Amino acid sequence: MEEFFQQLTNGLAVGGIYALIALGYTMVYGVMKLINFAHGDLFTIGAYLGLTLLLSFGLFDKIGPLAAVGVLAIMVMILVAIIGALLERVAYKPLRRSPRLTAVVSALGASIFFQNTIMAIYSPKFLVYPHDILPKMAVNILGLDVPIIRILMFLTSLALMAALYFFIQKTKIGTAIRAAAIDQGAAKLMGINVDRVIMLVFCIGPALGGAAGLMVGLYYGQVNFSMGWMYGLKAFTAAILGGIGNIPGAMVGGLLLGVIEALGAAYISIAWKDAIAFCVLILILIVRPTGLLGERVAEKV
Amino acid sequence: MNLLRVENLTKSFGGLMAVNEVSFAVEAGSIVGLIGPNGAGKTTVFNLITGNYQPNAGTVDFDGVSLVGLPTHTIVEHGIARTFQTIRLFQNMTVLENTLAGCHCRMRAGALAAMLRTPAQRREEQKALEQAMAELAFVGLAHEWENKAKNLSYGNQRLLEIARALATQPKLIVLDEPAGGMNDQETQELIQLIRNIQHKGITVLLIEHDMGLVMRVCSSLVVLEHGAVIASGTPAEIQANPRVIEAYLGADSE
Amino acid sequence: MKNTTIIFGISALAIACAPFALNTYWVDVLNNVGLYAILALSLNIILGHAGLFHMGHAAFYAIGAYTAAILNTTYGVPILWLMPVAGVLAGLFALVVARPIIHLRGDYLLIVTIGIVEIVRIALINNVFDLTGGANGIFGISRPSVFGFKITKPQHFYYLIWGFAAATIFLLLRLEHSRFGRALLYIKEDEVAAGGSGINVPQLKLIAFVIGAVWAGMTGTIYAAKMTIIAPESFSFAESVVLFTIVILGGSGSIPGVILGAFLLVGLPELFRGLAEYRMMVFGAAMVLMMIFRNQGLVPPAPKHYAIKPDLRAGGAQ
Repeated sequence: MEEFFQQLTNGLAVGGIYALIALGYTMVYGVMKLINFAHGDLFTIGAYLGLTLLLSFGLFDKIGPLAAVGVLAIMVMILVAIIGALLERVAYKPLRRSPRLTAVVSALGASIFFQNTIMAIYSPKFLVYPHDILPKMAVNILGLDVPIIRILMFLTSLALMAALYFFIQKTKIGTAIRAAAIDQGAAKLMGINVDRVIMLVFCIGPALGGAAGLMVGLYYGQVNFSMGWMYGLKAFTAAILGGIGNIPGAMVGGLLLGVIEALGAAYISIAWKDAIAFCVLILILIVRPTGLLGERVAEKV
Repeated sequence: MNLLRVENLTKSFGGLMAVNEVSFAVEAGSIVGLIGPNGAGKTTVFNLITGNYQPNAGTVDFDGVSLVGLPTHTIVEHGIARTFQTIRLFQNMTVLENTLAGCHCRMRAGALAAMLRTPAQRREEQKALEQAMAELAFVGLAHEWENKAKNLSYGNQRLLEIARALATQPKLIVLDEPAGGMNDQETQELIQLIRNIQHKGITVLLIEHDMGLVMRVCSSLVVLEHGAVIASGTPAEIQANPRVIEAYLGADSE
Repeated sequence: MKNTTIIFGISALAIACAPFALNTYWVDVLNNVGLYAILALSLNIILGHAGLFHMGHAAFYAIGAYTAAILNTTYGVPILWLMPVAGVLAGLFALVVARPIIHLRGDYLLIVTIGIVEIVRIALINNVFDLTGGANGIFGISRPSVFGFKITKPQHFYYLIWGFAAATIFLLLRLEHSRFGRALLYIKEDEVAAGGSGINVPQLKLIAFVIGAVWAGMTGTIYAAKMTIIAPESFSFAESVVLFTIVILGGSGSIPGVILGAFLLVGLPELFRGLAEYRMMVFGAAMVLMMIFRNQGLVPPAPKHYAIKPDLRAGGAQ
């Protein structure tokens, strides 16, 4: 039973990461109907930028670990948001009127470009985050020792998701984003600047992805240039699982996938861990392509 | 003899009832018009007949075969060919290649025969080319055979859709607004073309907003409003029907 | 028409004579170009002609290579005899996995095929059914022989590979210009219109998958024979990406385009070995730029020629 709860908390922590990345996929898909294949690499960029900033400013000694992580997270989110916006401007905006799959190929190209640029800059080896920057203690929950970082990660993901949800549902800009997702043409006629909405979506999604990258760096203590690929695929699976284009769906899908994977690795086989997510992906696309929270849309003939 | 018989056909999208218990029959060799105001559900009825949509209830019987649940290509093989309201040609392919698409379902040679280039495959290919050119000549597009579909005028694109449909050697051809976007001259030629199709022994079912064309060419009409049949009969009967005048002709004052 | 024949003749001659002018290293580079060209041509049936975004082609290649390797090392069957067996097995695998996903829309299909190639790789690493040798793979695959002539040197493999490539091109050109080939193009242009014209869309997509997989499986056999050792890492997602890129950049649906793509993506980097680590970076950027400025690829498919008698052409002119 203890093993089960340990895996459950681990799954929720990792699931929070998946959810944060999945939000980027799902928002872009919602507005542009495009799978942004480069999104996973923006996550990687977040992890690497976090490491660079962490090593170069020595924040941890100056303002203490928690405040330092906060400042670091904000810096990383802003930087990755800028890269996301640039990506949209260069690789996707010129293709707005092209066939949809052209943009998919462009996204793949951007992904390959990012991955290999990171490799060229930082080397193909695993890089290590300095450990002992966050307190290693465990919190006792119902008689179980849960590492504090796990709890922090889970809470941070929840907080970011809640902020996003509030932003999308309650603010004027959020309403514009939702309107553009439903019908770009109509949104334009209503005076919404769709170009700006798309730009904004390409800032928010990558910012969340970048934050997730930083969190993974701190949690696992190491980063690799190609890690965004696997995380990206799994987060995408999470987005599909919840229903692509659906923001609460991405959150639910992420957490669910994290738990499924952690329990699967523990009770089925650790060697097949990565295959579990892909099996979930294939099953959901065959059985219910609209995901758990998605609605069915009739294709017009 | 009825070639096509539609009974109690019903289709809803979400909460919207697009087609509600529609019944009508199409006699072999006739030209039947399906008319009604915009949004009456005419195209949905076509999509239900051709298998693009699946009905919630009702039956479609064609030449002794029940079509409900069959995929579109099988329905084409049974002998129903269609054109689309929003023109759906293979835009980047030539006029000839577009027409050859219709020949596909009457040909047999598979991938292996193509790689081996068997005598039967070559004969069949030659026959298909000849048939496709004959259909193009029939609609008056033979001289355009090498042009890309997207370079044709709007009216000619509609004709090419008809040629492609005829190439499937149908018993019934279903035309969705064939005169849409055509000028008067082209519409006159279209009327003649529809009659020529009838003379070939092919039954015609069409949706059309051009009342002049409908009244001249159709032998009977079915009127839809809000997804239900409100009248059916000969053009003269329909023109005299007060309900139709109120619902359709009066409202649009055409 | 004449120009293309001349270009084709000259390149065929150049390829036939190349081993006499090059050292062993470059012959081996051309061997790799040839293997990738055949694989990309087989992917081109699925991606270029039918327009199905399939990024798991390495999975079919892997099934072929492993089938040949396992049967050769355990039962000692001559490796080239196993080509049809490997092809059929890869085709069957494609049939089974593609059947439930064939109706998925473009980008969804892309993701699922990535999932499949990853699952296959993980299965190979985990030594599935105790047959695949785990992460180390299978070694000791015997050299092939043709009519008693043992193929060992790169120069020998060169003619085996390019001979197979020539046969592939010959057959695929015929396939392109047929009822089947046209049907795939209709599906790529507009699935609904294709269905409405009487084309069995799901079935033809499936056949395209199977033919592509059979070819990839046969090529896998040659690869296994050439390397004598195979491991899961040779069939990773990155391989699928390279094949996908060859087709898209070369010109999807265009046989000359795909061959050119193989030369550019596999051969060209050898000329700039010092810059090897920037190779993929350049490919990525090239993919983006290509989509923006020339999304049909370097050599788009040429229009097909049909022999129509003059009396038929004039038919309906009014």
